[in-house]
Amino acid sequence: MKTVFEMTPAMREMELHYCPGCTHGIAHRLIMEVLEESGRLGDTIGVSPVGCSIVAHRYMNVDMIEAAHGRAPAVASAIKRVHPGNLVFTYQGDGDLASIGTGEIVHAAHRGEKISTFFINNAIYGMTGGQMAPTTLIGQKATTAQEGRKVEDSGMPLRVAEMLATIDGAVYVERVALNSPSNVRAAKKAIARAFEVQEKGLGFAFVELLSSCPVNWGLPPVKALEWMDEAMIPYYPLKRFKCPEEVK
Amino acid sequence: MSSGILKFEIDKCKGCGLCVAACPAKILKIDVKTVNKKDYHPICCTDMGKCIACGSCALMCPDGVISVYKEED
Amino acid sequence: MTDKMTDKPADKMTDRKLMKGNEAMALAAIRAGCRYYFGYPITPQNEITEYMSRELPKAGGAFIQAESELASINMCYGAAAAGGRVLTSSSSPGVALMQEGLSGLANIQAPMVIINVMRAGPGIGAIQPAQADYFQATRGGGNGDYHIIVYAPESIQEAMDMMGKAYDVADEYRNPVMILADGMLGQMMEPVVVPEARKPIMGDDIAKAKPWALTGHKNKRERNAINSVWLDQYAFEEFSNELWKKYIKAEKELPEYETYNLDDADLVFTAFGTTARIVRESIDQLAKKGIKAGLIRPKTLWPFPYGAFDEIEKHAPNAKLVISAELSRGQLIQDVKLGLLGRLPVALIGRVAGILLTPDEITQEAMALYEKTGKEGK
Repeated sequence: MKTVFEMTPAMREMELHYCPGCTHGIAHRLIMEVLEESGRLGDTIGVSPVGCSIVAHRYMNVDMIEAAHGRAPAVASAIKRVHPGNLVFTYQGDGDLASIGTGEIVHAAHRGEKISTFFINNAIYGMTGGQMAPTTLIGQKATTAQEGRKVEDSGMPLRVAEMLATIDGAVYVERVALNSPSNVRAAKKAIARAFEVQEKGLGFAFVELLSSCPVNWGLPPVKALEWMDEAMIPYYPLKRFKCPEEVK
Repeated sequence: MSSGILKFEIDKCKGCGLCVAACPAKILKIDVKTVNKKDYHPICCTDMGKCIACGSCALMCPDGVISVYKEED
Repeated sequence: MTDKMTDKPADKMTDRKLMKGNEAMALAAIRAGCRYYFGYPITPQNEITEYMSRELPKAGGAFIQAESELASINMCYGAAAAGGRVLTSSSSPGVALMQEGLSGLANIQAPMVIINVMRAGPGIGAIQPAQADYFQATRGGGNGDYHIIVYAPESIQEAMDMMGKAYDVADEYRNPVMILADGMLGQMMEPVVVPEARKPIMGDDIAKAKPWALTGHKNKRERNAINSVWLDQYAFEEFSNELWKKYIKAEKELPEYETYNLDDADLVFTAFGTTARIVRESIDQLAKKGIKAGLIRPKTLWPFPYGAFDEIEKHAPNAKLVISAELSRGQLIQDVKLGLLGRLPVALIGRVAGILLTPDEITQEAMALYEKTGKEGK
């Protein structure tokens, strides 16, 4: 009998607290699979955000620390200076990275910090109960935009991957999605590339993972994935914006 | 002809249905007649013989419920 | 575990230099084994940042000019959690931004040293010296129940000597420690004896010295998961109990102070930092005018040496008045009153807005206050 899929031992034996159908579980697993398969699990240090995944360290079998809201890239930059031979990554949501943490992510990219950032973009604030995020779509309802996001009040949603791709220090920038098996396979490859960029010391690596939040979108999990396809991907195109030759 | 074998950790299932939608053979469904320890309706396989062991269900499961194996002749 | 690899007393005359306060403090940190600095420019402490940018890489360490003080303190949070010996520095408005990080560092029990070269506030304020961050340093200034340990040097030499101690205490207590200096100390120049160099603990040596640090588990141990959030209140309460044991221990073991001219004093000053030196001048002036004045100088501001005020009963039983001299609207004075517990009246001689007190000013105001006290018979 051949094993086609078993849960990686790099995911700890703990049941995930995330909502049914929340794609954090997929994202966590892909990162752990990549690290375990490359034999680098023991050398990796992660930084978790403030958000639903603040307790990502319960599930990921790596040394990990919770950062203050938005500060993970600063925390990670410093960890990497103390342990340059280790792999260091941040795992952040859209409130954490695209709102309060914009200064830190831009400057980590600007300095070309040799860290990898995984940006979970689900176009809403999860943990705090569904407020508008900088990435919430026009017309999308949120608790702080109850008639739907309006451009005249809140501007157009922020395209983080595009923005970071303009910075020289961000040498690898890709946007992927977790809404289908083929997209999940592509996401895993992007995560692997993001770590390879770091292994080779090439600069800052960034992967934006379009994700779902069924509860705060008010959609059942499968419908939430369909909405990602219909509404999110057209605005946030799946694309490899930048990639170093050495990693292609 | 090789056949897929699925193993479920039923008590981890939250009944989200992502695997049901992902299965190309359409052999997974939410079993509304049972509840697991979490009080969710878990998944079940309606026809294991049709499983092609593609692994799509396991790929989409956020909770690590499904393990996928392939019997070889 | 503390890093005392080559901890010889700093009274060797081999390393004697004329140094600017800011640079001296930076050098002292490197000598104490600091190899990581993250900071942001702000007057009047920029020489610290600039010195570190040049010297740390030479010493095999790492320097980042961060994008803000907010990023700086969060970099310290990361480096400290990773087991590095780390320094940041700023001045009052920048230290205000760092409060989030200090509360966080106390919560994750990570050691570091921070230098505040105080300037006048509130707000952007003045660039000249002040002592008005006493509350910020000792009463918070971040959220929740915690303390940072605060040393207040009055001279550049003392600041350098306190640096090594600050790192030892930070490591022993696994807590941030602050060197509370002021713009005058930072900018002036004095002859100093530079402390001996200690071997830094870096790279693979960190895991042994600090088994709790983030170093990568190497598949040989359980992962180190450092949390700041506590979802179980009862577990959090237990954690707070453990944290508090540290602070109670600190209150027993760490308070430091010195007295000057206290014997038979009629009037007792309290002051910290460079203001204490100005008070000493005034004490000499008052002596010529027939008023015996003494000084109690706290060297730790948290934990505060409340017990120092018992010395007045012992050595200056005739003292009628205590005067707190500070460059603020009265912050140290609160702890002075707590230390005295009503045993003596307390008055304030203060100056704000970046203006320094002069010995003449202190002498005149002290005489007026002393006379007034005499008349009111209090």
